[in-house]
Amino acid sequence: MINGILGRKIGMTQVFEADGTVVPVTVVEAGPCLVVQRKTKDNDGYDAVQLGLVGRVSPRQLTKAVKGHFEKAGVPPARTVGEVKCDPADTVAPGDKVLCDIFAESEHVDVVGVSKGKGFQGVMKRHHFAGGAATHGSMFHRAPGSIGPSAFPSRVYPGTRSSGRMGGRQSTMKNLIVVRVDAENHLLYLRGAVPGARNAVVKIVKRPARGKAA
Amino acid sequence: MDKLLLAERHGLREGVPVFAPGDTVKVHVKVREGEKERIQVFQGLVIARKGGGVRETFTVRKISQGIGVERTFPVHSPVLEKIEVERHGIVRRAKLYYLRERKGKAARIAEKRDN
Repeated sequence: MINGILGRKIGMTQVFEADGTVVPVTVVEAGPCLVVQRKTKDNDGYDAVQLGLVGRVSPRQLTKAVKGHFEKAGVPPARTVGEVKCDPADTVAPGDKVLCDIFAESEHVDVVGVSKGKGFQGVMKRHHFAGGAATHGSMFHRAPGSIGPSAFPSRVYPGTRSSGRMGGRQSTMKNLIVVRVDAENHLLYLRGAVPGARNAVVKIVKRPARGKAA
Repeated sequence: MDKLLLAERHGLREGVPVFAPGDTVKVHVKVREGEKERIQVFQGLVIARKGGGVRETFTVRKISQGIGVERTFPVHSPVLEKIEVERHGIVRRAKLYYLRERKGKAARIAEKRDN
């Protein structure tokens, strides 16, 4: 069983339940994807499927190596390629289609994406430090404060939280509920937010079965 | 963004009448009381419409026992049984918040008549 698919974030909207409750959802255009390569335990050390998100790529953008990789699979080149796990027993061949109908409504999924880049941020935004008082003569507003003891150890411990680049890293939202599956338009409606900006590439994977190691 | 519009089309209600700020409407709201469900009518003046697609809402203002009451409904909420337009009004702006400061005669709105 292929346990995931690649997609593009479309944006957020809302869905009504029958009793009028509003459910915030992120719409993701998931697939269609084509299997580009089947990785096996014998050959690659693990079982997985390499998927390509269907979409046009200019042939000029491809190196010969990449072109050859897709030709070998007999599928048109894809701009976006990603891997998802699959069972060793699966008979999946390159060229097979993966659609968003592998997910069912009210199923729980994880969504992997690259978060929006926030640039160089201070310690309050980046690590939720409390900061100081804004008024009453306080001269300490958004600074980090003490970053450690003095003469001993005469250095800052590695891993001390500090200001710096924030966002633009891989991030996983776990346990999102599939609210609706629109197989015709390849749309998945997932409850809550998903990492990344609009049109960002995301990977949607099924949750590992409970009680079993991932 | 057009893909988002496509995605939202699913949630849109059919049979929503054309109405605009300045119109007087009767909103039939489903109210749940324990196991029973009944319809409650909220009649008043539409003072605003906000948002687009399935997220669109409208605000209805009425004077109940001398006190101004405003309720904001999502246009496409399944809780709304139906919306009836009682009267079209002539107004020159999209948000009629200025009515909050007026009462009685000053808060009247002229009716639009088709001819």
